[in-house]
Amino acid sequence: MRPQALPSRRPAFRFNLVGWVSLAIILFWALAAIAAPAFAPHGVGDMVDDDYFGPISWALPLGSDYLGRDMLSRIIYGTRYTVGISLAAVLIACTTGVVLGMTAATAGGWLDTVLSRGLDALSSIPSKLFGLVVVAAVGSSIPVLIMTLAVIYMPGAYRFARALAVNVSTMDFVTAARIRGEGTRYLIGAEILPNIIGPVFADIGLRFVFIVLLLSGLSFLGLGVQPPNADWGALVRENIGGLPFGAPAVMAPSLAIASLTISVNLLIDNLPRKIRDRSA
Amino acid sequence: MTQLVDIRDLRVDATTDAGRRIEIIKGISLTVAEGEMVALIGESGSGKTTIALSLLGHARDGCRIAGGSILVAGQDMAKLSERERAKLRGTVVSYVPQSAAAAFNPSLRVMDQVIEITRIHRLMPRAEAEARAVALFRALSLPEPERIGARYPHQLSGGQLQRLAAAMALIGDPRLVVFDEPTTALDVTTQIEVLRAIKSVMRGTSAGGVYVSHDLAIVAQVADRIVVLKNGEVQEEGPTAQILSAPRHPYTKALLAAFRPETVPAQPAAPEAEAAAPPVLEVDDVSAGYGWVPGRAMPLIRAVKNVSFRVERGRNIGIIGESGCGKSTLARTIAGIMPACGGGISLEGQRLAPLAAQRSREQLRRLQIVFQSADTALNPAKQIGEIIGRPLTFYQSLRGAAREARVDQLLDMVQLPRPLKHRHAAELSGGQKQRVNLARALAADPSVILCDEITSALDTVVAAAIIELLRELQNGLGLSYVFISHDLPTVQAICNEVVVMRGGEKLEQCLAMQVGDPSGHPYSQLLMASVPRLDPSWLDGLDHHPQLGRAPPG
Repeated sequence: MRPQALPSRRPAFRFNLVGWVSLAIILFWALAAIAAPAFAPHGVGDMVDDDYFGPISWALPLGSDYLGRDMLSRIIYGTRYTVGISLAAVLIACTTGVVLGMTAATAGGWLDTVLSRGLDALSSIPSKLFGLVVVAAVGSSIPVLIMTLAVIYMPGAYRFARALAVNVSTMDFVTAARIRGEGTRYLIGAEILPNIIGPVFADIGLRFVFIVLLLSGLSFLGLGVQPPNADWGALVRENIGGLPFGAPAVMAPSLAIASLTISVNLLIDNLPRKIRDRSA
Repeated sequence: MTQLVDIRDLRVDATTDAGRRIEIIKGISLTVAEGEMVALIGESGSGKTTIALSLLGHARDGCRIAGGSILVAGQDMAKLSERERAKLRGTVVSYVPQSAAAAFNPSLRVMDQVIEITRIHRLMPRAEAEARAVALFRALSLPEPERIGARYPHQLSGGQLQRLAAAMALIGDPRLVVFDEPTTALDVTTQIEVLRAIKSVMRGTSAGGVYVSHDLAIVAQVADRIVVLKNGEVQEEGPTAQILSAPRHPYTKALLAAFRPETVPAQPAAPEAEAAAPPVLEVDDVSAGYGWVPGRAMPLIRAVKNVSFRVERGRNIGIIGESGCGKSTLARTIAGIMPACGGGISLEGQRLAPLAAQRSREQLRRLQIVFQSADTALNPAKQIGEIIGRPLTFYQSLRGAAREARVDQLLDMVQLPRPLKHRHAAELSGGQKQRVNLARALAADPSVILCDEITSALDTVVAAAIIELLRELQNGLGLSYVFISHDLPTVQAICNEVVVMRGGEKLEQCLAMQVGDPSGHPYSQLLMASVPRLDPSWLDGLDHHPQLGRAPPG
């Protein structure tokens, strides 16, 4: 037998520069959302500039919007809506999707068929249209937005988790647990989930990006977050009149959306890799 | 005498995930003369395949030929450019892979693949190449040599594909052929056909050969010289007869010892007093199969047909047969993974429900199964301690310190060091994984353990140690094993009785030592005769065997 090297309790990780930069940008936005009042130089509705679509200056680092409000403060407060709503929606979508997906894969039979066909039908509805119809019918409020976004993105998470779980559930260790007499809850929680959690996290990140974009789209169409509050999409819409003047008020929220979604995407592609060194 | 192959001080490096370089071949020198067959033998990880591939100038991903020279027919494969190496592959040196089934492209006819080498190197016109291929098919005793080339890989058996892979390697008339475990994935009876074909075709050419294997008995049949490897170093080298009869190195001795299990279980008959007690496991007229169609009582394909046997307490029964005989289906049916479509299974006198989900927890606890592939049978996301501890919590509600203590005990029982419980399965060797697998079954405190090919994926020496462990455990715990295998000597080493299966049916049941007796079923005799022996003349001697004898060339 080969000499027993001491098992190192803390595995080494490798994390590259792109990953670090993306993580920093994401943390920056997360901090902005949490501590908005502490960061924002002005109140969200305060009119601080005499001019509208004011240029970048020392006092107003991102200029002013179409009513002369401080754009930086509006974006910082807008982060709360964009990040908060998207995060809530993605968590609901992925939690229900992954749990249902694993259950369907483990149980099989009619439950699998009913769930899969039902959610296939749901995912065949175009997402923007579905969002428009729901918001037009029920009216726009934050809970409605969260639930609509969650329902739209749940079938995708379900499909993804089910596909992964089907592969795992054919492994002998799942069979061994089954014939030990374990219930479905243990099978999905202890045997399957730990083996698919990596891809599931990547999927959560990707789905978060989609939700940010859909939410921004809905807000841009005027069906998202309602004035006087505004998320990033709504900020773009409010200030679209500044586009001919090249106003920073329309660029800044667009850049905010881009920086967040691209960072999340890059972070997922560059997640820290655990260094497996078996011969160590 | 000029050597065909002259490897001097070969070193191969591998890069680990952490970027460290480790040496996997540590300065090996070996030679192969023209027309000579040299065998590389060793356990997995000994570097035998790495050396074989280096003869083609190839190193696997993450590996690199770091030093030394590999002279093949006067050219140094280590120094040539990839383009120059490609010119030599197929014409000077060629390769027969382990799994021919995976090496063939499923969407091309085999003839196109066999003659591909002649096309790439523009050796001869197509008609000539096909004629040559047919001649090789005939030499390799393939059925219908004229027409077999028109088939697709899925229409051929594993043994036929393996011989076609040999034809593919030989078509360019190479000076050296590298065989990488060409018979490991085959059944014993098929293995004989392939070995014979390889041996006769290699005799007919002047090409030299390198034969990689972990099976000493196979190597004894085909090799002129044997090189024993371990940990990337040559342990011992010599003519076949000398290695077999007078091994010098301890590792070679261990290999030989593992081949001949020293002890055989005695006590052929059960004590009369216990005969009255119900058998620990009774399989009564069980049938099972695949492809359930609504409205039909029987599945479309019956893989197990009316099989019955009994296992008395503390005794073991072996189930043996070639792939496709239904032995694994039978194990899965007994374990309740798939339902029986007829007959009944009783455990200690209690009738069991067809599916595990309908059986009581107590019944499940007393009947455990150990799977063939330890890699997939252990959850890679969990620590070993958790894997072994779960049945303790599940069946016996053991928690905390009591559970930890029992896990330690179980690790001791399967002779693994206790700190291993903090490791993950991927950090363990094949043998260690199989021990963990066994420990998980023992944790349930069962009365019967179904062992489904548990030693098939292991090296000879490791497998012998597992069998030894099973025997020790049985003495202490009063267990019974149902031991399923295709390897007759392994079954004989552990079982009192053997059930021989073919085509889903039980052919006969007899005492382990009597398998293949002239009074038994002819198929059992065939199986027994097909088990490779260390005697180098064994394969040639089979020509006179009534069933295995070669049909006169016609």
